[in-house]
Amino acid sequence: MSETHMQPRTFIARNPSVLYFLAALGVFTAIVTVLSDATGAGLISTSFVKTLGKTLCLCLVAIAMDVVWGYCGILSLGHFAFFGIGGYAIGMWLMYARTELIVAESLAGQVIPPTPQEISDAIGNQIFGVVGSSEFPTIWMFADSLFVQLALVVLVPGLLALVFGWLAFRSRVTGVYLSILTQAMTLALALYLFQNDSGLRGNNGLSGLQNIPGFEDSGQDAISIAFFLASALALALGYVLFAWITDSKLGNIIQAIRDDESRVRFLGYHVESYKLFVFTVTAIVAGIAGALYYPQAGIINPAEIAPIASIYLAVWVAIGGRGRLYGAVIGAALVSLLSSWFTGGGAPNIDLGFYVVQWVDWWLVLLGLTFVLVTLFAPKGIAGVFDRLVRKS
Amino acid sequence: MPWRSGRLFKTLTRKHKMIRVLLSLVWLVASVGLAAAQDLQTVLQTHAEEVASPSRNSVSIVLDDLAELGSPQVSVFLEQWAERNIWQNDEAGLFFIGSKDGDVITLTDVDSGEATTAPSDGYTQLRPNGGVRRVIGSALVQFQLTDPDPDRRRSALESIGRRADASQLPLLEASLEGEAEPAIRARKVQLINFLTARFGAQTDDRVAAIESLSADTSVEARAVLSQILSTSTERTDGEPSGNIARVLDPSSDPAAFYAELVEADLAPPLVSPSDIRTALEANVVDGRVGDVPTARLGSDAARAEAYAALAADGRVPPLVSQSDVAQMLSRFTFYEKYDEADPTVTDAARATMDAVETRVGVAQTVDLALDGLSLASIYFLAAIGLAITFGQMGVINMAHGEFIMMGAYTGYVVQLFVPDYTISLLIALPLAFAVTFGAGVAMERLVIRHLYHRPLETLLATFGISIALQQIAKNVFGTQARPLTSPEWLGGALVISDVIQISYIRIAIFVLALVFLVLLLFILKKTRLGLEVRAVTQNPGMAASMGINPDRINMMTFGLGSGIAGVAGVGIGLYAQVTSEMGANYIVQSFMTVVVGGVGSVFGTLAGAGLIGFLQKGIEWLNPSNTLAAQTYMILFIILFIQFRPKGIVAPKGRAAAD
Repeated sequence: MSETHMQPRTFIARNPSVLYFLAALGVFTAIVTVLSDATGAGLISTSFVKTLGKTLCLCLVAIAMDVVWGYCGILSLGHFAFFGIGGYAIGMWLMYARTELIVAESLAGQVIPPTPQEISDAIGNQIFGVVGSSEFPTIWMFADSLFVQLALVVLVPGLLALVFGWLAFRSRVTGVYLSILTQAMTLALALYLFQNDSGLRGNNGLSGLQNIPGFEDSGQDAISIAFFLASALALALGYVLFAWITDSKLGNIIQAIRDDESRVRFLGYHVESYKLFVFTVTAIVAGIAGALYYPQAGIINPAEIAPIASIYLAVWVAIGGRGRLYGAVIGAALVSLLSSWFTGGGAPNIDLGFYVVQWVDWWLVLLGLTFVLVTLFAPKGIAGVFDRLVRKS
Repeated sequence: MPWRSGRLFKTLTRKHKMIRVLLSLVWLVASVGLAAAQDLQTVLQTHAEEVASPSRNSVSIVLDDLAELGSPQVSVFLEQWAERNIWQNDEAGLFFIGSKDGDVITLTDVDSGEATTAPSDGYTQLRPNGGVRRVIGSALVQFQLTDPDPDRRRSALESIGRRADASQLPLLEASLEGEAEPAIRARKVQLINFLTARFGAQTDDRVAAIESLSADTSVEARAVLSQILSTSTERTDGEPSGNIARVLDPSSDPAAFYAELVEADLAPPLVSPSDIRTALEANVVDGRVGDVPTARLGSDAARAEAYAALAADGRVPPLVSQSDVAQMLSRFTFYEKYDEADPTVTDAARATMDAVETRVGVAQTVDLALDGLSLASIYFLAAIGLAITFGQMGVINMAHGEFIMMGAYTGYVVQLFVPDYTISLLIALPLAFAVTFGAGVAMERLVIRHLYHRPLETLLATFGISIALQQIAKNVFGTQARPLTSPEWLGGALVISDVIQISYIRIAIFVLALVFLVLLLFILKKTRLGLEVRAVTQNPGMAASMGINPDRINMMTFGLGSGIAGVAGVGIGLYAQVTSEMGANYIVQSFMTVVVGGVGSVFGTLAGAGLIGFLQKGIEWLNPSNTLAAQTYMILFIILFIQFRPKGIVAPKGRAAAD
């Protein structure tokens, strides 16, 4: 990316897209909020507000993916795993705290007050009954503390990315090898979580996450709007953060690594540290996005983390346009909303006379082929089209 | 009562011979409609009284005569008799095999096997008592052991093998003499050995029989030994007596040992937290239990205090403390006692068992290695196409798994048209190659050719093709798994012993993998095409200037790799089920196989498949309950392995290693 000779002074002046994006996001958020059930307008259903909120979270993880792939050239096929870890971390607290309330309520009617041990046993039984256990695994030791679990949303993806990235970058695993390695990591994590004795309820996953402990009196309409707004805020902050990172001198080095890693190394930069920084920061953002996503989805299970999810993430970014943050947002929003429209039976089926094309069955074929076409003919994605229009005007 | 066939049989036979011949002659004259002399009904009528209401003594007379008769119907009759399925006609006194259904009874003639129906009024069911039925049962075994039909003898041996008891030993020994068939004879000898080991009268015989089992790793022989070594747990407050296997240490699991004492009424039961809770709830008086207000009972200490107060009043059994438990346990000696009283026998059995277990351990290791080898050949088969497209050309083909799937579905479709599984397999193998070769060439021409300089985008474009192909397969063939049936000669398993066995299908996959290895090496090293492939891989520009058309070579190479994936698909389809997702299950492992082995080397892929296959089986063996965990640990191992050998086991050297 060659820039103009004279750099504008301020960050906003150099990145007008940030302002446009924030303005668009603000307007969109305001409209959705006003039209939602929560304000009584009822024009947008609670479930659609949730869909939109989830989409914003997907946009957030997509810009993280864009930074690591589009700007730094690391095609990570593991960022959706970080997203899932964030979801599990917050899900543990949600499930524990809510089960604790239910158990306390059911034990309250008894003549003799329960001992702490009895309460803990009852909660364990409720949560782990489905996997034939009632003991709390070690990883649940902080599940009763919202603060610790929130910290884990950031720490676990961050540390995992740090360790994994350090190992991989140190031994100069690059390009497609790194992609395969991250995919292997994702697969290992998913397989691990699928086990019943992983301590996270095996393939049942964590459920009932839409019920927020402490807000039993608020309806789902209010909760959904709260999470929608939180997701919008997170996306705005994430966007600004990444725009600022990619705009800085650090961002220039990161992009230089993408374009020619060896040359940057010969210029004296410690390439591994930069890559590790990008990999870890984006993993943390992915974790946060997941922590906001799954309370809106209500359930998380290991299938969400499977390697294919991470590839889809790359697909969104590629369709939207790599190397542009708004491209990632467009790609994630467009493809995920279209996907739910097509697979949800929203799209009209096409009657060819001899065969009826049902989109529930054929959407993936369409997506796959679109993807091939985009890769072949529009390597810069949808955002590339924007660029062309802007340049012409 | 043991069935003494020998002397008793002979004397009885002699005594009754004359009478029986006379009687049957009379019967023959009297009943013209009946079949020839010496049929089963005749003999039964001779002893009608004993058959209708047998006692343990009288039944042996009937059985002796039936033995003399020796016709195959006899054992059928005896079986039915013991099962209480014999009915007698009240008027004529004839015996039939019958089954009653409401008011109607279906009668089967004991000789001819002809079935008729009649109202059940005129028939009485014979109900031999338990003792008689046992006598009949052992007679039946004897009949079957000497039956002229080898199949019946085999099934008799089978039933002895399933349910052995001491009474069968003399019967088996007696039947051994006339046995002509070598296989059945060997089996009889083996069973006699087993029975002698367990029930033999002389200690020396038993010990000899037990020691002869030391080389036998079969499940049956081990079962014999473990039955001899069966123990029961006993406890005493004095000195343990009997044939003691070992003295147990109660401190290893105090709760379980204490529970045993409670079971035997030797100690007061433990009071569990939930018992305490129930007791407290039952004794709430004015919001207090034993002077403790209920509101305070939310802790274990307060509950113990309240319970102690109740116990002091004698209203609940006293709490059994940990020291009570320890003291109680220290008063008793717990030990395991052999059910077999003779220590010489159990010592011999223990020593033999140890020897057998060592052998079984070795055999299991061999079996595990074979399993690992077979898994490795599956991985190799799945990955070998990738070793060409990824290893030689550097193209990341995420749709490789879908080529495997296409090959498997080709096999399935061929089987729909060609019912003979052998012929269909012979058609399917080249056809699968042709189909996936075509698909590979098309994909290379249309997509990959344009992306040679953008490897990461190849990954994504081929992923797009992969999900499209997967979904198309789902739409065409449905989501349910389709069978790819192997020919009959591939069914079953090569059984080396009870521990070591390997199914023929796995051997076939191993052979297929081997064939591919040789074929691929031959193509790459010995043919013109291989030479050109290697030239293009090393330096396309230079190859082109030497008159090689890199476009054509790339196309051919990619087609070859894809075609091999298709053939591998047929092999894998025979072993696993054919679904639209079967390829996706192998794709990550396949890439890891190639990366671990070393990109660009066929032997590297072989080494990678070997490492991953053996490793996975090894980890599964350490933690047999959990294949998911095994896969997880294996992947983690691979990730670590790549840290230390980033270029794989067989790393490229020289100029090829530059990128």
